[in-house]
Amino acid sequence: MILGRVMGNVVSTHKHEGYQGCTMLVVQPVDPEGKPAGKTFLAVDRAQAGTGDLVLVNDEGNSARMILGDSKAPIRTVIVGIVDAVERD
Amino acid sequence: MKLGRVMGSVVCTRKDPSFEGVTLLLVQPLDEQKKPVGDMIAACDTVQAGPGDLVFFEGGREAAMALPNAFNPSDASVLGIVDDIGVQA
Repeated sequence: MILGRVMGNVVSTHKHEGYQGCTMLVVQPVDPEGKPAGKTFLAVDRAQAGTGDLVLVNDEGNSARMILGDSKAPIRTVIVGIVDAVERD
Repeated sequence: MKLGRVMGSVVCTRKDPSFEGVTLLLVQPLDEQKKPVGDMIAACDTVQAGPGDLVFFEGGREAAMALPNAFNPSDASVLGIVDDIGVQA
């Protein structure tokens, strides 16, 4: 999983049936200090994240389908949690 | 999952049988400001996207799963037409 910051949302009405009813957000990958680290991408939101939230993003097919409980949906990038804090020793 | 813009189509009469009936699009990946990032790719279409359409596409096995014949060599498929994205600068 990776850390990311939600930058905004994606409005898409005409999409693959597997994505029907899914909220999609724009995510900027960040390093543990919160600095941008990589290119932005889109993700299906499963944690009711809002713009500005620090989130945990899963980018792997099998886990995504387990979370979504629908093995046919072609979804891989899923926001699975909102991060309160990152503590480094 | 990434944002992209359809720049054209790829006409391919001799291709893998599993791609039968699948339209191939030329897609330019975009960043959250809709600016081109990276190289253009060929992607399978699943939502009848047209030239100039803002779209989202997915890679990996999910790209193949989205096609009628799920056992195919696709590594990028357009899965939705994006009406708009709302991103704070």
